[in-house]
Amino acid sequence: MLIEIKDHSFEPYDSVLEYQKSAGFSGKYGATAVFVGSMRDFNEGDDVQNMRLEHYPGMTEKYLEKISKEAAAKWDILDSLIVHRVGEMLPNDPIVLVAVWSAHRAAAFDASRYLMEELKSRAPFWKKEALTDGERWVAKNT
Amino acid sequence: MTKAVVTVKFFASLREHVGQAETEILASDVQTVAAVWLLSTNDMALPENTLMAVNMEYVDADYPVRQGDEVAFFPPVTGG
Repeated sequence: MLIEIKDHSFEPYDSVLEYQKSAGFSGKYGATAVFVGSMRDFNEGDDVQNMRLEHYPGMTEKYLEKISKEAAAKWDILDSLIVHRVGEMLPNDPIVLVAVWSAHRAAAFDASRYLMEELKSRAPFWKKEALTDGERWVAKNT
Repeated sequence: MTKAVVTVKFFASLREHVGQAETEILASDVQTVAAVWLLSTNDMALPENTLMAVNMEYVDADYPVRQGDEVAFFPPVTGG
């Protein structure tokens, strides 16, 4: 299980491969579910130029650890990885990676969905978008 | 001697709304998270949907506060 908060751009598929190589489940996994969330250049009908992601250092990691442990208790998974960006971002930049490994596909699908939904609804991150005519905090997650 | 304080943090739009990121108040002046909000913001109205945490765990406004605690106020989250 690994949680990473990154203040610079990252390549999510490299992160999956690197973690998979170093983790101790070689030969045991038959399924890998990978979710990548990326920054759009539009939101609520407006063009978005760039975005700043803020978090609550300490609580964010604690919360992501909590949901990772919950997922491991609820489903028969081998391991999980969550990487999330903070700081300045541009359209197309990856924001979040959730990867889950399991012997069979159902647990990996279900646990990765659970991690993403819990992250979106409760993990303390906030987005501020820069539009052509000023800045705004994103008010709610879609 | 260490002062018996409570650390208060504000994040994102709420930080801009109250005009400060972090402050300290005397623990003896407050009993609950709701009281921490009022004292640290000079009685500002608590915006609807504000989320609250004590020592980095979600709590409700009537949760008790003790010396050394870190209390945080922030708007609905928008990560992912």
